[in-house]
Amino acid sequence: MVHRKGPAYDRALAQEFRRRPYGRHSPALQHLLNTFRLNAGKPSYVLVCRQPGREWLLATLGEHRGDPITIVDNQVFHTREEAEWMRFRLRWKAATGEDPETY
Amino acid sequence: MTAPPLPDWARTTIIGYSDRISVKAGERIDFKVSCEDDAPAFRAGILRVICGDHHPDGPGLKLEPVEVSMAGEYPACRQPIHAGSCVVVPGTPDLGALPGFTVLALIWPTLPDRGPQAILSQWLDETGCGFMLHIDTRGHLAATLGDGQGSCETVRSRHVLEPRTWYLVAATYDCTTNVIQLHKERLYAWPGALTRDCVTAVTSTPIGCPRVPMVIAGNCLSAEVPGQLIGAHFNGKIDSPRLAKCPLDRLEMNLMLREPLDAEIEHCVLAAWDFSRGIQSDSVTDISPNNHHGVTVNLPARAMTGHNWTGEIMDWQAAPEQYGAIHFHEDDLYDAGWATSFTLDVPVDLRSGIYAARVETQSGRDHIPFVVRPRSGRPTADVCFLFSSATYMAYANSHKNVDAPTGREFECGSMLELRTHDLFLNAHREYGYSTYDTHRDGSGVCYTSRLRPILDMRPDSHVGQDARWNFTADTHITDWLEVGDYTYDVITDEDLHDEGLALISPYRVLISGTHPEYTSLAMWRALSTYRDLGGRLMYLGGNGFYWRVAYHPDLPGVLEVRRAENGPRGWAAEPGEYYHSFTGEYGGLWRYLGRPPQALVGVGFSAAGFDVSSYYRRQPGSFDQRARFIFEGIGDEELIGDFGAAGGGAAGWEIDIHDDRLQAPPNTLVVASSENHSNAYVTTPEDPEGCFLPLDGVQDPKARADMVFFECPNGGAVFSTGSIAWGPALSYNGYNNNVSRITRNVLDRFLDPSSF
Ligand SMILES: [Fe+2]
Repeated sequence: MVHRKGPAYDRALAQEFRRRPYGRHSPALQHLLNTFRLNAGKPSYVLVCRQPGREWLLATLGEHRGDPITIVDNQVFHTREEAEWMRFRLRWKAATGEDPETY
Repeated sequence: MTAPPLPDWARTTIIGYSDRISVKAGERIDFKVSCEDDAPAFRAGILRVICGDHHPDGPGLKLEPVEVSMAGEYPACRQPIHAGSCVVVPGTPDLGALPGFTVLALIWPTLPDRGPQAILSQWLDETGCGFMLHIDTRGHLAATLGDGQGSCETVRSRHVLEPRTWYLVAATYDCTTNVIQLHKERLYAWPGALTRDCVTAVTSTPIGCPRVPMVIAGNCLSAEVPGQLIGAHFNGKIDSPRLAKCPLDRLEMNLMLREPLDAEIEHCVLAAWDFSRGIQSDSVTDISPNNHHGVTVNLPARAMTGHNWTGEIMDWQAAPEQYGAIHFHEDDLYDAGWATSFTLDVPVDLRSGIYAARVETQSGRDHIPFVVRPRSGRPTADVCFLFSSATYMAYANSHKNVDAPTGREFECGSMLELRTHDLFLNAHREYGYSTYDTHRDGSGVCYTSRLRPILDMRPDSHVGQDARWNFTADTHITDWLEVGDYTYDVITDEDLHDEGLALISPYRVLISGTHPEYTSLAMWRALSTYRDLGGRLMYLGGNGFYWRVAYHPDLPGVLEVRRAENGPRGWAAEPGEYYHSFTGEYGGLWRYLGRPPQALVGVGFSAAGFDVSSYYRRQPGSFDQRARFIFEGIGDEELIGDFGAAGGGAAGWEIDIHDDRLQAPPNTLVVASSENHSNAYVTTPEDPEGCFLPLDGVQDPKARADMVFFECPNGGAVFSTGSIAWGPALSYNGYNNNVSRITRNVLDRFLDPSSF
């Protein structure tokens, strides 16, 4: 699924996202994020805020409309960016089998 | 599907709504509260809402207690909501007492495989008594009869109903032979598709008399509250339901469907309901001489194309006979109908403003916002803040985050952040939807009511991208007014719609909220006339005056939105269904109705994105003599609003541009424009006039906010920021910033009565 041009290229995209998950992205990273979003596998990960500005947990949406939402409470994120990176890793792993944390 | 129960912190345990959204000093307002965890009591009090945004980088929550005698403890109870629409017809004769009968309708089922769904019933479900024509659990047409003594029999069609297909469905019963005949027939025959599916059976169960009303699109669950507790809701359209007091053959059925009723058949007609009559009301007309009129429950969609819609008529008023269908949904909701838990007699000296009832137990709390407006003809300030109640209602109980997460993630350019109330609404579909959502059957939600808890119109409840949005974002403006020692009155969109120009003409300045997106014709007229008679309008928002809405002429607290033609909208109205049922007005964007937002305020919606916001740069217009007052104290090269609580900038979320092709007044000065927006910003679908790539905020020059100023006839003027993020930037650096300065420069000049 991911358009891969070799490890160095991949590493650069992953690092760009990790540095700056919000705002303007390079065309290559934006393309990758669009691909991730269009092909988001199940479950769909979202955030639930436990303490505004301080604590976020992952949650998964159900498979079908109206299915229960499950809070994944084994990991607490203290910034949104940490959580973004975690989900980016999950999506990257699903697409390539590799964990970008190791890049 | 089962999932682990939600942890306590994520649970919604107490929830409520009020009967009104706007009250005058001296009037009463009723609050209705439900405790979902069966707490025995709750405490209630009243707060003045100054800032409703709890985020640490804004002004923080500012909710000031108000001394009122009703504050205290009240007994609590759990109050359920019974969603699902239907038609209830009291007083029809007992089918079981007749020598025979025919039940007939044209239907267009949308979820036939999610049965059971009643089409026409005189049935009491708790005892299994009476008769009903319905869709069974597997999608077959079925007729069930029961004696109420435990004996029950169902006759089924051989084949299932297909979704979104018009059928004639009927059941006939002959009491002398106990023969029941079931008819299921596609209205439009196609080679290879099964057209006719009829079944005849001899039954042995007598039909009991359940003493409940006849129900179209549902059945009665309980005899205790006959006609009030409805189950087996039908999803889809029903057109021309009929009832006859004898078993009819197929030809006679055709006669029954004619209007006016055929003389040959009239003697055996019990009822013939024509849904094209009284489309604007909640009443249902029986055109037979028997006057078995009914009433709709929970506002099913009317002015819907019928089985005979030709595609040549688009306006239901021009050919009502082609609009004989009602679209019913199991998740329609109008009035939750909760019992009043406590009442506030608004003290006569309570100043106008935004307030909330706080209701609280050990396990949770809720705030139910309302507006105290000045007494009639007695404005108490020169400034009037227009509370965007129409926008809050259009977005009420939005399910976009959970039902449409992919599109939402593109808009947000980030992970979605659910609020705890998203979890509650996901599990409690009976709380109803916003006009951005779809019903379970995929059809658009065109009605929204405030006579139910609106969980996203709350201070202290939002997070993430939604934290500075609609209600909470708007309180950044009221907070700024308070901090700046400006006195102001507050009125709602609903008040403006009802009372028009007379309500706002006494004010020198009218300030909008951050997102006054939804506007009725009466509101539009009042605002433009106010402006042209010397009023001063500060439009401190984005995406304003964009969609037409229709208020119901009689039913309180409900709005209609038809998503006609174009625009970012969540769903699209079906062809032929662009006219509002409440008013007969053509729906959609004001732009396509000859009143683009630019014609009112100089700018109109251009792009949206919800990751980060940006800043404005001064444009040549800002150095024009006419605009000097706006930039008093602002440097020539100074970036405006490169900070703020909504995405770190004053230009963002939803942004508007000036466009002189869209009737912007010729003297409009563009004084500043934003730039450097992110990829998440995408321009609205109205402008591209061909098949080319929609560009994003990085590349598309239209992804920007224009700040404009223009003078109006009779000494009035308009100042527009064209950005939702403007308000949330006001408090940055202790209110000492250029967004606050510009707003103050404009407001002070606008308060000065000297003519422009
Ligand atoms: Fe909007």
